[in-house]
Amino acid sequence: MIEIDRITKVYDGHAAVDEVSMTVETGTITAIVGTSGSGKTTLLRMINRLVEPSSGEVRINGEPTHAVKPHLLRRRIGYAIQGHGLFPHHSVARNIGAVPQLQGWDKAKIRARVDELLTLFGLEPDAYRDRFPGELSGGQQQRVGVARALASRPDLLLMDEPFGALDPIIRTRAQQDLRDIQRKLGSTIMLVTHDMDEAVSLGDKVAVMDQGRLVQYGPPEEIIARPATGFVADMVGDAERPMRLLSLIPVSDLIEEGAAPGEPVTAGATLREALSACLWTGRDAVPVTRDGAPAGRVTLQAIRARAERQA
Amino acid sequence: MRIGLVLRAAMVALLLALVLRPGWFEPVFAPLAPAGGPVIYTRSSLLSLSLSHLWLVAAASSLATLVAVTLAILVTRPAGAAFRPLSRTITNVGQTFPPVAVLALAVPVLGFGAGPTLVALFLYGLLPIFENAMTGLSTLPPHTMEAARGIGLNNRQRLMRVELPLALPVILAGIRLSVVIALGTATIGSTVAARTLGEVIIAGLLTNNTAFVLQGGLIVGLFAVLIYDALVMLEHRLARRSGRAQRG
Repeated sequence: MIEIDRITKVYDGHAAVDEVSMTVETGTITAIVGTSGSGKTTLLRMINRLVEPSSGEVRINGEPTHAVKPHLLRRRIGYAIQGHGLFPHHSVARNIGAVPQLQGWDKAKIRARVDELLTLFGLEPDAYRDRFPGELSGGQQQRVGVARALASRPDLLLMDEPFGALDPIIRTRAQQDLRDIQRKLGSTIMLVTHDMDEAVSLGDKVAVMDQGRLVQYGPPEEIIARPATGFVADMVGDAERPMRLLSLIPVSDLIEEGAAPGEPVTAGATLREALSACLWTGRDAVPVTRDGAPAGRVTLQAIRARAERQA
Repeated sequence: MRIGLVLRAAMVALLLALVLRPGWFEPVFAPLAPAGGPVIYTRSSLLSLSLSHLWLVAAASSLATLVAVTLAILVTRPAGAAFRPLSRTITNVGQTFPPVAVLALAVPVLGFGAGPTLVALFLYGLLPIFENAMTGLSTLPPHTMEAARGIGLNNRQRLMRVELPLALPVILAGIRLSVVIALGTATIGSTVAARTLGEVIIAGLLTNNTAFVLQGGLIVGLFAVLIYDALVMLEHRLARRSGRAQRG
């Protein structure tokens, strides 16, 4: 559990982060979202003490972060940033193994961990281990950056706009991969983004920052359905509200008996995708498949009812 | 590439011949020597002059590298930033002070011989290395530096594992410049009795013997071109390793 306790950072008499308190449960993803200058990055950087707080403290599993030397603290906290920040003069394996090596793991163990992570991120170890970051595509570099941050099995993974430098298609892929890997490993992740879509689709909880203050902190459904301030409502966007809500709900929630014509959607798809399929092909219902087998259908009416009830 | 290789091999062969078998070139230089005068410099072995010349340059450049890079590291740390203008001034003075003047001033203190030349070459070599090292160390990719801090490298580890390796190609360019300047400048050391290839050139000037001047000049020139070339290749190789050259 990560406890952030009335943490404040003052620059030249102006509070960049103003008495923010929040608790993050182990094994969850928390997305910190805000406009630029909202203090979200400063908040994140105070957790691993890249920025020293002016007052307040952060506790990781009960232990205050200021009880440890900063560079030792950072070895226990994974850190992944926009534009990956890989060491261009080190091979992929050396990049990923950087923190375990600092922590004095033996060579065989580091090597095994590097291969394990490369496999986890869909990079064939034999093909990628000895390459240099300059020889990888943007998406691959980003994956290696996240793999490096996870290498020593940290208590916490901090990510600062980790997908900011990727083009939209690769970004969606990378977000899904992160979700899958987080579920598999049970990591605790705090992620900063300016993109509300990214925040609601990735976050178990979303924290909205405005002018240094935490204005709302809750599950994505709550942020969308009941924005606490006008700023949060603006971030969510009135026009996109129902669509964002639907994008949080899986089709499997609304499956009913029956058949429907045309191309099916999978049970794991979101209602937003099902709605889009209905609208695009002029159908009132679409068939649903689960693991390749027909599982029923989802109707336009049910989707509409669901969107209405939530709002 | 092929042509470059042939050209390099030819230059190496010419240089070796000039240093080891100067007698072969008697017919070439004969028209330039004064009538009845010696054509080939024989007062001391060209090989030992060359070695002593190169040794002087190597010693002065190593010393200048050590001092300039250390200085650049210090002034690029947050604690040393205040000394940046001062250290710039010092190295600039080293560069603007003519080597001949340094020789004249150093002789009363250090006596005749290699000492004053070493001092002059050292001072003269500081600036290019210092400026390049400072540029190299202060223009590192910001994301990489942020990540280096973020994953828990301490100050010393950041310097040794990230900053210096990434700045190396730029630092090396400064060293190259400094070495080539030193190779040429070392010749004037012979005016204060340092054993360098300048001895041949000065002997030629004193006796109006163009053959000597050309002989000494050619050897120094070939050394400079070949050493410059070798260092450029080394830089390219390092730049490729550090990923700087690959970004498209």
